[in-house]
Amino acid sequence: MFKYLKQLTSLVAMVAVLFTFTTETMAAKKSKTLKNTQKKGFVRCGVSQGLPGFSNADAAGNWTGIDVDVCRAVAAAVLGDANKVKFTPLSAKERFTALTSGEIDILSRNTTWTLSRDADIGLTFVGVNFYDGQGFMVRKSSGITSTSQFKDGISACTNIGTTTELNMRDFFNSKGISYEPVAFEKADEVVAAYDAGRCDTYTTDKSGLAAQRTKMSNPDDHIVLPETVSKEPLGPVVRQGDSVWEDIVRWSLNAMIEAEEYGITSANADSMKTSDNPAVKRLVGAEGELGAAFGLDNEWSLRIIKQVGNYGESYKRNIADTGILPDRGPNELWTKGGILYVPPAR
Amino acid sequence: MDLKLQKIIPQLITVLVVVLVFGFFTYNAQINMENRGIDFGYGFLSQESSFDVQFSLIEYDGSHSYFRAYLVGLLNTILVSVIGIIIATILGVIVGVARLSPNYLINQFAAFYVEFFRNIPLLLQIFFWYFAALRALPLPQDADAMLGVFFLTIKGLYVPAFIWENLNVFLYSIVAAIIAIVVIRTHARKVQETQGKQLPVFWISVGLIFILPLLSFLIGGVSLSFEIPKLKQLATTSFKYEGGISLPPELIALTLSLALYTATFIAECVRAGIQGVGKGQKEAAASIGLNPNQVLKLVVMPQALRIIIPPTTNQYLNLTKNSSLAAAIAYPDLVLVFAGTALMQTGKAIEIVSITMLTYLSLSISISILMNWYNKKIAIKEK
Repeated sequence: MFKYLKQLTSLVAMVAVLFTFTTETMAAKKSKTLKNTQKKGFVRCGVSQGLPGFSNADAAGNWTGIDVDVCRAVAAAVLGDANKVKFTPLSAKERFTALTSGEIDILSRNTTWTLSRDADIGLTFVGVNFYDGQGFMVRKSSGITSTSQFKDGISACTNIGTTTELNMRDFFNSKGISYEPVAFEKADEVVAAYDAGRCDTYTTDKSGLAAQRTKMSNPDDHIVLPETVSKEPLGPVVRQGDSVWEDIVRWSLNAMIEAEEYGITSANADSMKTSDNPAVKRLVGAEGELGAAFGLDNEWSLRIIKQVGNYGESYKRNIADTGILPDRGPNELWTKGGILYVPPAR
Repeated sequence: MDLKLQKIIPQLITVLVVVLVFGFFTYNAQINMENRGIDFGYGFLSQESSFDVQFSLIEYDGSHSYFRAYLVGLLNTILVSVIGIIIATILGVIVGVARLSPNYLINQFAAFYVEFFRNIPLLLQIFFWYFAALRALPLPQDADAMLGVFFLTIKGLYVPAFIWENLNVFLYSIVAAIIAIVVIRTHARKVQETQGKQLPVFWISVGLIFILPLLSFLIGGVSLSFEIPKLKQLATTSFKYEGGISLPPELIALTLSLALYTATFIAECVRAGIQGVGKGQKEAAASIGLNPNQVLKLVVMPQALRIIIPPTTNQYLNLTKNSSLAAAIAYPDLVLVFAGTALMQTGKAIEIVSITMLTYLSLSISISILMNWYNKKIAIKEK
């Protein structure tokens, strides 16, 4: 009798463990993600597998790029140190599953904001950190200078699992051109295949084309065609269902953009505390109680600006100075002819 | 009573634990999906897929459904597996026999091949064939024709398409030839058993399989012409071939690497099988006057096959499953098309991954059943 008593006890113990675990995960905490992040001491951020200017790792494993800066900004706001980020490189195919399954807490990986992604698959887009559009790259020697010169049977290399794959079909169908889609899982393989001559054209977001061109064996042999065939607003994404975390990421990005608007930089942020402009004082934490709304202190945005810089600094450092896209185009502030416009932080 | 209970309780507990664990995971997934606003359901399969696929055995474009896209991926997986299995088997048998050759050069070469290809990771080999070997191929405009009609270029292999007239007559003639051969073989066996006379069955068979189809050309009204690929200019330096049949380089690289890799394992199975037949068997066979060919065909092979088939079945399964590495080089197999693009566009991770897993499971089980049936057929029948 004693024998199965022992077995029974272990079974009861096991069931008890299962139940406590279940009730724990179900307990509706205010922001589970924020709580977990503070407990772990780092922000878990999903990035690309290497897209210069957006998210790219150097030989020493240091990540840079404007997508990387969004995660660094969140780390500065939440943990006080922009370097407390754990980056997970993800392919286009893996990215959403990684986010919805809880492997990462922010997906900042040049991801296009679309209705079906936002509404359907358990994701929430928090904003736009780069306005982009799909374009085509061809070899200069082909003599093609416009997409209107494309002919039936053209082969196009691209990534799977992207809006690019769908836009490409819409584009070629609307022009009545038959084409051969060659879709790879990783961007590096797309570039290698196009570079080898497997495809006549390489299509993805124009910023991506500009960035990948720098990786080709001879960048000057390739040109990006002038036409833009789609709207691609790229931005950070969070899991659906944690609105506090969603707000933190949204406003970390917004703070960077608004800081540029008010001329607050990483260099002058501290001195701005004595500014006459209340909007500036709010952003550097000298007035108001903005952080309390997300359960953060009042200097969250000051830390972002000091440690990461404003959006303009981030753009200059990552995209302009690296020669990828020196001209900001639509990604200029609304006050300077672009379309970057964020709600006021107040 | 006590003894019976002692036997039953551990079993009950096992069942209970399995049910609890399974239930916990299902429950957890349900709760989490609900929290994140993800619906569960297979309704998406009938929706329009709106993406194109490079290479398809059935008619498909983005206006078809996700289910059709699934079929495209499945057929492409089956295609590469079947071709891969055929090539791997032929190559594996040749190399396996070659390893036992008394000729030093041949057996050393076979040994080198086996050791080289089976010890390099498959993914690396796929990359090698696709990226390294592909880069070395000429651009379409620089390609020299092989035998005047084949063009091997960086964009794929272009071969002439056959254009048949009265194809059905030709097919009937082949069927007729096969039936005739079966009849003659049965007859020849009977003759041998009753009169001890050996008819030249092999030569008669070869003759039939050539002569009947040839007759269909001469008097059956069958005719065959070729559509030879022609170079087409897309832009100043962009060309492609039109007409004929084009095999994408992704298919070629994948088939080649899968076949070369798996053939090494099959070669080892074949070698083990032949070596597993007792030496005495061969000597006994030779002593009753069989020539070396007959020894191999009538005594060694039937026994060796019993050793070869089960591990070779494993290799067939491996090849089929390994074909999912296709995604790395853009060959549109089940994983790339369905568990890749379709998963991304719909976000139905649990549904799509479960369908894909079930599909691979069914494929593997089908191969197993087929091979087990064959294995049973050639097993020793105790009388």
